[in-house]
Amino acid sequence: MIDFSPQPVQLLSLDGERMPRPDLDPWVDDLDGLALLALYRDMVVVRRIDTEATALQRQGELGLWPPLLGQEAAQVGSARALRDDDFIFPSYRENAVAYCRGVNLTDIVKVWRGNAQSGWDPYTVNMATPAIIIGAQTLHATGWALGVQRDEVDSVAITYFGDGATSEGDVNEAMVFAASFQAPVVFFCQNNHWAISEPVGLQAHRQIADRAPGFGIPSLRIDGNDVLAVMAATRIALDRARTGGGPTFIEAVTYRMGPHTTADDPSRYRDPAELAEWKTRDPLLRLHRLLERLEVITPEVEAETQAIADAVAAELRAGCIGLADPEPLSVFDHVYTTPNATLERQRTDYAGYLTSFGSQPGEGR
Amino acid sequence: MIKVFKLPDLGEGLTESEIVAWLVAPGDEVALNQHIADVETAKAVVELPSPFAGVVSELHRPAGVVVHVGEPIVSFDVVGDADTPDAGATDADTPDAGATDAAAPAQAEKREANLVGYGPAVERGGHPQRRARPGGGAAVLASGLAVDDPAEDGSAGGQAVGDTAASVGRAAPDAGTSAVTDQVTSVDQPAVTSGADRPRSTPPVRALARDLGIDLTTVTGTGRDGLITRDDVRAHITKSVPATGLPVTTPDRSGPEAFPRETRAPIKSLRKLTAKAMVQSAFTAPHVTEFLTIDVTPTVELLDSLRADRGFADAGIGILTVVAKALCIAVGRTPAVNTRWDESAGEIVQFHYVNLGIAAATPRGLVVPNIVDADRLDLQGLAAALAELTTAARAGTTAPAALSGGTITVTNIGVFGIDAGTPILNPGEAAILAMGAIRSRPWEYRGQIALRKVLTLSLSFDHRLVDGEQGSRFLADIGTILADPARVLTMI
Repeated sequence: MIDFSPQPVQLLSLDGERMPRPDLDPWVDDLDGLALLALYRDMVVVRRIDTEATALQRQGELGLWPPLLGQEAAQVGSARALRDDDFIFPSYRENAVAYCRGVNLTDIVKVWRGNAQSGWDPYTVNMATPAIIIGAQTLHATGWALGVQRDEVDSVAITYFGDGATSEGDVNEAMVFAASFQAPVVFFCQNNHWAISEPVGLQAHRQIADRAPGFGIPSLRIDGNDVLAVMAATRIALDRARTGGGPTFIEAVTYRMGPHTTADDPSRYRDPAELAEWKTRDPLLRLHRLLERLEVITPEVEAETQAIADAVAAELRAGCIGLADPEPLSVFDHVYTTPNATLERQRTDYAGYLTSFGSQPGEGR
Repeated sequence: MIKVFKLPDLGEGLTESEIVAWLVAPGDEVALNQHIADVETAKAVVELPSPFAGVVSELHRPAGVVVHVGEPIVSFDVVGDADTPDAGATDADTPDAGATDAAAPAQAEKREANLVGYGPAVERGGHPQRRARPGGGAAVLASGLAVDDPAEDGSAGGQAVGDTAASVGRAAPDAGTSAVTDQVTSVDQPAVTSGADRPRSTPPVRALARDLGIDLTTVTGTGRDGLITRDDVRAHITKSVPATGLPVTTPDRSGPEAFPRETRAPIKSLRKLTAKAMVQSAFTAPHVTEFLTIDVTPTVELLDSLRADRGFADAGIGILTVVAKALCIAVGRTPAVNTRWDESAGEIVQFHYVNLGIAAATPRGLVVPNIVDADRLDLQGLAAALAELTTAARAGTTAPAALSGGTITVTNIGVFGIDAGTPILNPGEAAILAMGAIRSRPWEYRGQIALRKVLTLSLSFDHRLVDGEQGSRFLADIGTILADPARVLTMI
């Protein structure tokens, strides 16, 4: 049976040693060296995406960016456990999940550039666009899960949120409903230790994972910087959901190594020693050491991985900078699914106003 | 191709940032995303990654200055375009298309930082809003205030009075250049002094007028309620327009409008920083103020006798010198007034030296330079130090080092003919002494009424650090020395 111990479950030591866990091992036994290398590549690439997007913000090309530095294993490990027909309801930091889901790189950044109201069509990738409202997406996930339950299909909803969100009403309501209806939903909490400037200990006097059982939802507390533990836990939760077992809560204990967003300066409220301590638990480092042990990684593979990451970063940069400014009238698009008379009148009025700047290009500037 | 990089909004809704340090120089070859500068915003110090691969051709602004979002800070000579598609980059020949234009923060001026935990964002939010009102800029230029503006503005960014005053003393490295450019740019648009004076028109018409270099205040509106229409503007072109084609910058106005009933000036520079320091002090340290009025005739007589003494005649010893000396002696007996409340460390710092701050009114505003180790100086040494310090402060040549590290302050309000007040503590200090004017007053003297030289001392102290007993004893000690200088013998 699953061990719901309060200690974060680990399958990979800090030295990259594979630690046996009879209850979890079967869920990751299929991962051979190549599969592990693929996970590692994902993590290197998403870290590179994150670095490039942060640079783009500093260069004025993005308005804001929420870095995920340090949370690569939690995001990649869980995203790669999903089936294509599962539906993801993310917060705003799950850019690695979006990458794994195949979201177009330019679509990931266009909202942060202020270029679009939302980045992509959720139904083409089965992943909702980022929820800025803290925790709101958990309700969407539970609602979606109730829907598939009634449709009698075995797709699962997974929703991502942070430690801070667990203090929000929405998340608690979502768990109440999920438990009541035994909805097929996975609550994936990345406890990155900081709700902007507030340490997790302030709002959680017990482990975050301890909250779920109060709603009747079993929980797993895993090392979120251990991609194997993350994948095993997510697969367990997905399996429970698919087989009528209802919701599961996963607390992936990880660490936000960067700022909350590019507008934040964590040095104002965070002890540098804490960051130094977590750097020793870097998720990439750990997997790299395992790959070394398995002799899967070679200098050539390493160089190839870096080249892939650099190419992705260049593609992201070119796509971001190349985005055309949206047409002013596009602000009226996608407000209603059906024609709306009031909105149409506003659109006409606004179009007239724009024309009044003059017909010659540039004359109205 | 030369690419100009303009300062982007590095946070959410920030309007200006300080270049802390440049890590590159003109001629340096840089890689894309290479760390080229450290920039401090109201929220954070951030590393600026190079937006281009190429050679640095020019640093437009030096380190240490505050730059508004959208101003050019560095140019690159970029060979080829492999890594840098043109769309977002700014060619030198199209300066209007800022790199930040496409991003949402381009409209940052009206926004305020709204996340928690980011320090004093509010103080830094207002300036560009005023810049955006061209009339204001023109008005400032007209009144001659703009000359001081860039130097002080450029070096703003210190935290307390001491820090900021340092910047005032510093020579302005780029005085005038950019700010004057701003002012010149701003006169592109009609000079108006308030919303009420703005001619009635619509944004498209204003844009047309601006492009044609027409001052809308000179155009007569024929639309509804005097609204200026497109046709009015076009009709105006055919009428008398200055032959040079230059916009009219100062509309000829006579009558009452020439003397506006109120004017608005941006809060900035030393005023802004003094305000911040005073608010911080007044609303952080619980102030207690005590007064003591004393007969200082013996001190006045002492000063007279010193002036008559060949050995002291040229020393310039005055009442402030004696008060300063008395204060140093009294500090020795009540060390609690010479301390600092270190909230972040949870500690009280006891100074075993006296860096005596002297509040000085200068043409630029209040500065508080201090005399280092004033307690070790004798009367002549103190007099010399005071003379040097006040001269430097008034000339604006105070060394930055002299503006920080004060431990206790004296302010001489007597020079303004004032008797007493409730001084606000220089932030970080536990006490401040205000000395009033010496007046001849009828006073009790040896059981009789006599005309005596009388002075009032006002002492404010931080009640977190100093209790009434200590503050009172400190003030009484100073009073005792001034009332009877010989009593010093009982104190040292």
